[in-house]
Amino acid sequence: MSAPFMRCCQRSALLFAATRRPLSSSSVSTPLHRRLLLFLTQRYYDVEMLLSWKSNWKRRGIEKKNAYYGYTERLHGPDIAAAFYILTMKGSFRYVGQSEWFGSDPSAKFNWDFLNHKDTQLEEVNMSHTLISFRGLRNLEGQRSLRTLSLRGCPEVDDWFLSRLHIFQDSLEELDISQCLRITAGGLAALRNLKGLRRLDVSSLPRISNPGLVVILLEEMLPHCQITATGYNYNPRQEQDETAPARTEVGTGQG
Amino acid sequence: MSTWRRLQVKVCTAHGLLTSRRVTERHTWLSGRLPPCQSLSTGTPLRNDFFKDLEAQLAAMRRKAADALPGSSWSPFEVNPNLPPERADIVIVGGGVMGWSIAYWLKQKEFSRGAVRIVVVEKDPTYSKASTVLSAGGIRQQFSLPENIHMSLASADFMRNINEHLGVLNEDPVDLQFNHSGYLFLANEEVAHIMEENYSTQRYAGAKVTLLSPTQLKEKFPWVNTDGVALASYGLENEGSFDPWTLLNAFRRKAISMGVIQCCGEVTGLKYMSSIVTTADDERLELRRIKSVRVHMPNSMEYQPVECAIVVNAAGAFSGKLAEMVGMGSGPKDSIAEIPLPVEPRKRFVYVVHCPDGPGLDTPFLVDYSGVYFRREGLGGNYIAGASPEEADEPDTGNLEVDHQFFEEKVWPSLAHRVPAFEKLKVTSAWAGYYDYNTLDQNGIIGIHPLIPNMYFATGFSGHGLQHSPAVGRAVAELILDGNFQTLDLSPFGFRRILDQEPMLERNIV
Repeated sequence: MSAPFMRCCQRSALLFAATRRPLSSSSVSTPLHRRLLLFLTQRYYDVEMLLSWKSNWKRRGIEKKNAYYGYTERLHGPDIAAAFYILTMKGSFRYVGQSEWFGSDPSAKFNWDFLNHKDTQLEEVNMSHTLISFRGLRNLEGQRSLRTLSLRGCPEVDDWFLSRLHIFQDSLEELDISQCLRITAGGLAALRNLKGLRRLDVSSLPRISNPGLVVILLEEMLPHCQITATGYNYNPRQEQDETAPARTEVGTGQG
Repeated sequence: MSTWRRLQVKVCTAHGLLTSRRVTERHTWLSGRLPPCQSLSTGTPLRNDFFKDLEAQLAAMRRKAADALPGSSWSPFEVNPNLPPERADIVIVGGGVMGWSIAYWLKQKEFSRGAVRIVVVEKDPTYSKASTVLSAGGIRQQFSLPENIHMSLASADFMRNINEHLGVLNEDPVDLQFNHSGYLFLANEEVAHIMEENYSTQRYAGAKVTLLSPTQLKEKFPWVNTDGVALASYGLENEGSFDPWTLLNAFRRKAISMGVIQCCGEVTGLKYMSSIVTTADDERLELRRIKSVRVHMPNSMEYQPVECAIVVNAAGAFSGKLAEMVGMGSGPKDSIAEIPLPVEPRKRFVYVVHCPDGPGLDTPFLVDYSGVYFRREGLGGNYIAGASPEEADEPDTGNLEVDHQFFEEKVWPSLAHRVPAFEKLKVTSAWAGYYDYNTLDQNGIIGIHPLIPNMYFATGFSGHGLQHSPAVGRAVAELILDGNFQTLDLSPFGFRRILDQEPMLERNIV
């Protein structure tokens, strides 16, 4: 039994990247403490166990944050539960028919004024840079009048999250999923159900291999939607266009 | 005498030649360095002889000491390292996605580390004929049996959290390349009522499916020709396609990191002990208990009998052969032992076509009522298409050669009829793979045969084994370690229906 474990350790020794989540390829060499930890993990079961506990703990922490707020729903109703969930995750929202945003000021103390509006659906939700995940979306399921959803820079939003967004297919008009590190082209295919979408922001998604092609396909898939896709390097074609006129200038200069 | 003299002369001349060479060498070296006294080599040594030998001897001594100390794997007998261990608790025959899924779940569920010793035996490490890697890789919840729907939902749940389950510390996270495209089933008037019944079963079981009328279908997918379509069923969530090779390797990597032993070899025989048992109706039955599995090494006469407590038959298309080895199907007439395992390989073709004007990013996995299916592959206008042949003209299963006539005659006309853009397409590549076809009812067989108490079956899935593999792996692990199903009750898939010859038909087979 120990032999396969040793084999596993030797196999992991062959990997040169010691980063925990190598989602983006970086040419910076790994820091010393990471390399030391990797060295110890390959030789001692205790270190391996402690490190796996640490990553499990972190994951369970995120799961707990995204738990279903059933108690709040039973006491105050599903809309207040959704609002409370958003405020606890440090997001912000706006009720239907109201003009003020709750939770938009990160430095202010927790404001309980949102309890005054009972049984009002949410219209705009901004969960940028929060830890919302697939489990947490269950808290927002009843919101049938949701028009704007902003998920910029959320590390836990992935393709499965996008596939669940079909519950808002009648009402959602604006979606911002830029800078989400886990989204790939397979998840963008899941946005086909959002026929009411008018504005979509898919900027700076590192895991899309051909951003130009994907944007064209998205525009075909959602004809009424305006797609924003900045932050991509379309350079190879631009380089050719830049050098071609330079060559002709040189030619005319010499000739 | 003269010969002796001649020999002496020869020796003298030879000696003279040698000495002259040494003199010439000395001359050439006088300009450079001091030559050693008795060396005949033309190169200059770096160090003195004595130190060079000493270093080699010290290195040899270090190696001998390392071998002698405990912790080294030196043994005076020559042992083939590829042989499986002599004793194991569970031997899983078949290293496809089903076998490795069972191995992973067994290790996941064991109550103390190293409690169960598992060996997975796979005869072809290149997986050239394995059904897993040759499959189209789709997952759907649109079945007619609630158990199948539950299994698909559980497997989709597993794949959503795949890094939680199959993530190994300090290794890359698993990327299944899941394309959430959804399945679209089309029905004509004759089968529309079956589709409606299936829809209510699916919704009741928790699948997110919606029904579309022809006008709604045309509105949603303008490239579809709705001629002859009475009803369409469209999956919204948890449906799509993924990379089966990644899933197989993820299961394998995690299982090996947890201590499962992988063995490359073929099972050529089983040793079992028989005992005759009399039932309450005074019928005499022969119970066979497997004692050891004979694993033959590839391209060699070597074999290793592995003594085991439990054998799991996850051999896919070749499970019928394994069942014959233990005597299923060769019993006395009108007895349970006479019924063979109804799993046989059936060849299916998959064609890769390129069509630049085809449907775009939102292409679902479309399955027509004529049996033809296609799905998008990648972003470059490539599609994967295929069809299930009629019962009468099943292709020969001797080899995995592709029949392009089949595409021209059966697949392309229906495809072009359904999607007019496919009239102009080009077949870029094709392959063939085996279905582990259950001839009784095309549903999996999960459980134990009543006369062979320690052989567990997980085979016969007829084309939807890959999408059910996480759920089936967990179910078989629960059967083995807990004695009964815990999370999903898959007892309808047991052996009872095979022995009673009562098929449990799935009406939505692709």
